[in-house]
Amino acid sequence: MRIANNILPAAATLVMALAASPALGGELPADPLGSPMWEYHAEKLFTGGPVVFDSRVKVILPVVAEDQHVVPVTVDARKLDGVKRIVVFADLNPIPVAIDYRPMDAAPFVATRIKLDQRTPVRAAVQLADGSWHVAGEWIDAAGGGCSAPPLSRVRGDWADHLGELRGAAWSEGDTTRLRFGFRHPMDTGLVENIPAYNIETVRVMDADGREVASMDVYGSVAEDPAFTLVVDRDGPMEVAARDTSGLEFAGELAPMSGKKQTAKP
Amino acid sequence: MRVSRRAIIAGLGAAGLAPVLAPALVHAEQFAGTYDPKAEEVADGIWMVRGADEPIAFSNGGAIANSVIIATDDGAVVVDPGPSLSYGRAIRALAERVTGKPVVRVYVTHLHPDHSFGAGAFDARSVHALPATRHDLERDGEGFSDALFRVLADWMKGTTVVMPQGDVTAGEVVIGGRKLRLFALDGHSSGDLAILDEATGTLIGGDLVFHDRAPATPHANLDGWLTALDRLDGVPHDLVIPGHGPLDSGNAAIAQTRDWLTWIQGMLNDAVLSGKDMSEAGATPIPERFADIKVARYELQRSVSHFYPGLEAKLLPMVGN
Repeated sequence: MRIANNILPAAATLVMALAASPALGGELPADPLGSPMWEYHAEKLFTGGPVVFDSRVKVILPVVAEDQHVVPVTVDARKLDGVKRIVVFADLNPIPVAIDYRPMDAAPFVATRIKLDQRTPVRAAVQLADGSWHVAGEWIDAAGGGCSAPPLSRVRGDWADHLGELRGAAWSEGDTTRLRFGFRHPMDTGLVENIPAYNIETVRVMDADGREVASMDVYGSVAEDPAFTLVVDRDGPMEVAARDTSGLEFAGELAPMSGKKQTAKP
Repeated sequence: MRVSRRAIIAGLGAAGLAPVLAPALVHAEQFAGTYDPKAEEVADGIWMVRGADEPIAFSNGGAIANSVIIATDDGAVVVDPGPSLSYGRAIRALAERVTGKPVVRVYVTHLHPDHSFGAGAFDARSVHALPATRHDLERDGEGFSDALFRVLADWMKGTTVVMPQGDVTAGEVVIGGRKLRLFALDGHSSGDLAILDEATGTLIGGDLVFHDRAPATPHANLDGWLTALDRLDGVPHDLVIPGHGPLDSGNAAIAQTRDWLTWIQGMLNDAVLSGKDMSEAGATPIPERFADIKVARYELQRSVSHFYPGLEAKLLPMVGN
């Protein structure tokens, strides 16, 4: 405990500092969303630096969670410099963290789809090179069952026939390349009776020389058939590789301009 | 933060009151109201009952779909009894009042609960629908019920999923001397009933036709829907009662529904092919000609959710492995 650091003049500050984890090296700001789980998650996730709510982090959610099994989330932190990590989490989900993204040679931008189990804040926490965490998010309403209902491919029974199939394409955007790709995978949460947890747990992107340009930890709260949109600071072919919790590996190459070729099709 | 009782009492000036009481007001219990549907006679012996041009919400009790009352010599015909048991009862009372006769037939145009869930207020044998609609309700009725109870709470008191007992087949039916032509179509869902009252030329489109209210697509097959609209366009008529939105005395509603669906279809294709993610597709600007269409952004984003993963599976190339 580093109580000594926290003995400050204002009693209110003292109360808040004591409530926060000593590991934070600072006090936790009050949650503008008023979530009952804010402090719990913040203490676990935000090690190594101060935490601020920052409107330069854009978390884009739909006006309605039409399908609680497939809720699109887009995080755009391109207004911030030196982004090292983007953690997307839903406070009230049984599996709160969806992705933990490290854009090494990539823009601080990521889109995916997540499952929601109830009305919850959905947030992005962006960590900069100086260790500070920049957080934004909003509440989204959702009916129950997004994490505790079986995936469609389990209901249909064909999940194994298509496991790991990869679809995707690349689009040039000036000096950067937009990648969109998705894997067929049930992304079982482990919260459905008689179906153990089984999910893709890492996704990596490598350039033609095999250098890693982006990597991501992926959790069971990402939607079935997980899909991702990333923007990498490179051109040329990109290798996309994923590994699941059974150790199976799925990979493929997104050719440069493959998106454009698609567009040109009649 | 701990706040002493003394501090709260001290703060109870005018300025202090609001923050102390605000949380209590925010969480105050809301009580369901009473439905008060209004019938407007739009043609001889035909009344339109307007729904709110909104999403299903507690504030409207789910009463968002249009219902129709038709007078015949034998009794009233009701098309789409609404979202709940108590709405169905209100529509039944209204039909009896405006026609002076009991309800002898109820048509449910398709499965969606804003149209179908009021059926419990009527003799189940008098409730007719397409076989596809009964099949859909058997599959989805319980899920709809859970979803509606969650949003509408007490408005739904006593509402159960009532299966239509009568099968509708396409063609002419005469009820109490009134000739109705029934069309068995699909596209908005797998079974969409449209009805033409031959005497007045009134076409009741169900949810194949929306008007100044953006079309909803949760069970839609867009190509099939466009085909159904062509079919309805070819039926001579003077008036169209859409499933949602105001009466159409020309051919605006069918054309507008077709225009919207064609735009949505092309926009979603383009979005997938140009590398947009779902959020970006959902933020696509809505063309000026749709500026007066209610809940356009809401339905656009719903349509993104309904179609995007399927379009990606179709349009993005398979790579690797």
